[in-house]
Amino acid sequence: MSIFYFIAFLSILFAVLVISAKNPVHSILYLVLTFFTFTVQYILLNAQFLAIVNFIVYMGAILVLFLYTLMLINLNKDSEPMKTNMVKIAAVLGGGCLLVVVVAALKVVGVSDPVLVRDPNLGLVKNLGKVLFDEFLLPFEISSLLLLSAMVGAVLLATKDPKIA
Amino acid sequence: MDSFFKTAQTVPLNHYILLSAIIFSIGVIGVLIRRNAIVIFMSIELMLNSVNLLLTAFSVYRGDATGQVFVFFIMALAAAEVAVGLAIIVMIYRNTNSIDINVLNRLKW
Repeated sequence: MSIFYFIAFLSILFAVLVISAKNPVHSILYLVLTFFTFTVQYILLNAQFLAIVNFIVYMGAILVLFLYTLMLINLNKDSEPMKTNMVKIAAVLGGGCLLVVVVAALKVVGVSDPVLVRDPNLGLVKNLGKVLFDEFLLPFEISSLLLLSAMVGAVLLATKDPKIA
Repeated sequence: MDSFFKTAQTVPLNHYILLSAIIFSIGVIGVLIRRNAIVIFMSIELMLNSVNLLLTAFSVYRGDATGQVFVFFIMALAAAEVAVGLAIIVMIYRNTNSIDINVLNRLKW
């Protein structure tokens, strides 16, 4: 039980560091740590498939993509654009209002039941594969099309226009 | 292993919702306070992940695998979104030599 609160504290801490770090490279590294704490949360929920996918896809693929883009763009700390303090305070107030509204709505619900892992096979690859390739076969195929079109689009957008270059 | 999950999971569902709400709000604040397009993208990833965690918690709470399949789809969607979004950012940088989103305020129409 206390593991959850410790990990939750770490995720919030690293998430705050992601948005407050001056250097974008530090932001990405803190984001890696945040996603790692999410992976631990998935393991605590016994969602083993999602834990592995989160680890490989998010921490392995997506964040490396971010780092490569940052390397291509070659930013340094001096060129980092910052907003004025006034806008920052307004933004924090706005986000805080959103949080207050959600928490107040949650207060109305009252104390909820604990999250128990009733079915230990729920998050395993075998069980999820059966659901994925039975009920969700069509969305699965469509998502493969989406990934293909995203790949084509990314290559098309990021290559230089031969007429201009 | 079984007893580990039984003792580890006495966390109320409300606390999962609270954690996700906090992370989501941090993502919203990140989008609002930064001008660097890549950091804004990372804040959006943070929001997507908080929703993923909440879907998984509800899925375990209800004992229904559908929620976890949805998380899988969201991850596929996020990968596609990041690939296209970063390509757009690279293109913007090539044209304007900056990834400050305030440079793009001409994109009104």
